[in-house]
Amino acid sequence: MASGVKPRVKVPKSASAGEVITIKTLISHPMESGQRKDSDGNVIPRSIINRFTCEFNGESVIDVTLEPSISTNPYIEFDATVPEAGTFKFTWYDDDGSVYEDSKEIAIA
Amino acid sequence: MKINKMLSTAAALTALALPAFADEDAELVINGEIEIVTKTAAPAHLDGHLSEIMSGWRFRSDDTQAMEMDDFDNPGMLGAEAGFEQFETVMGSEGKSCMDCHDGAESLANVRPTYPKWNEDKEQVYTIQMQINDCLTEQMGAEPEKYDSNAMLNFEAALASVSRGMPVNVAIDGPAQSIWEQGKEMYYTRYGQLDLSCANCHEQNYGNMIRADHLSQGQINAFPAYRLKNAKLNGAHGRFKGCIRDTRAETFAAGSPEFVALELYVASRGNGLSVEGPSVRN
Repeated sequence: MASGVKPRVKVPKSASAGEVITIKTLISHPMESGQRKDSDGNVIPRSIINRFTCEFNGESVIDVTLEPSISTNPYIEFDATVPEAGTFKFTWYDDDGSVYEDSKEIAIA
Repeated sequence: MKINKMLSTAAALTALALPAFADEDAELVINGEIEIVTKTAAPAHLDGHLSEIMSGWRFRSDDTQAMEMDDFDNPGMLGAEAGFEQFETVMGSEGKSCMDCHDGAESLANVRPTYPKWNEDKEQVYTIQMQINDCLTEQMGAEPEKYDSNAMLNFEAALASVSRGMPVNVAIDGPAQSIWEQGKEMYYTRYGQLDLSCANCHEQNYGNMIRADHLSQGQINAFPAYRLKNAKLNGAHGRFKGCIRDTRAETFAAGSPEFVALELYVASRGNGLSVEGPSVRN
């Protein structure tokens, strides 16, 4: 089980219509690969974020499958075109079934 | 469009093919507003040893340097945020949080630049972590945190983050002087089977490569440091341990009087550099 998981997102407050903006996301998470053993030799069970998605006004922007070799606190940065004012919705899916969400409004300047 | 794409692919390939060299002339500005002094004249007590002191940031590759220039990109800030939360959390039998005595972590901005520091009541040199443990046990009735534990480093990261840009200014005279002399003695003492002192690497050979790593001056103005190799915050004593271990010597423990003396001395070698932590290092 992952504790202390906290997503952070950075999106510009406004953009001009059709502008390409850069979105940065970071989630604090141990990303335990399932390959490691503890000091007693027992396998530490896998516990990772396995999927990340971003939607803009309900339309998919990016849908990422994350694999066990991705390091602690996964940081994902990508570009998106902003056609209109709206909301970016970010979702992280944890192996333990938890879903972490964040959203950011963007206005057209 | 196609040409553009090809050009950008070519650019990407060149970037990959070149090894990432440190940009020793870059200037560090965090969040576009906090100006950090990463290179300045050495303090007077280093006369004859060093003329200029440089933060370890200058010795890191462009990518690692860039991570520290924005709080969002700096994973060490996760630790600082956790530290701020701990600061407001009630702990121990007295039902107090740090906020009961201190007016927010920001009010402690003069702490990180001036520690380790002589503690009048306890008549010894105190590091930040020793002071935090005193607060935890004596004021709050809480259990002490282990030296260099995650919780402790989170506290330290929070305290460092509010002092960023302030010059390191530890006192080396007065009652702390004998401890400082002890730290200096350690700095120039050769340890281990490899027979290396701190000065052999960090004073005589900074800027050169040690295997695949770029030797810095071993300044601790930027601690606690988020190291990419272990993906967590690291304290100065943990780093000292690593260095002494690398000389193939039996090392001292984190929080031991030897390391407190060494921390005071090494911190004083950085008098004039800005507080920079939580920093990003490889």
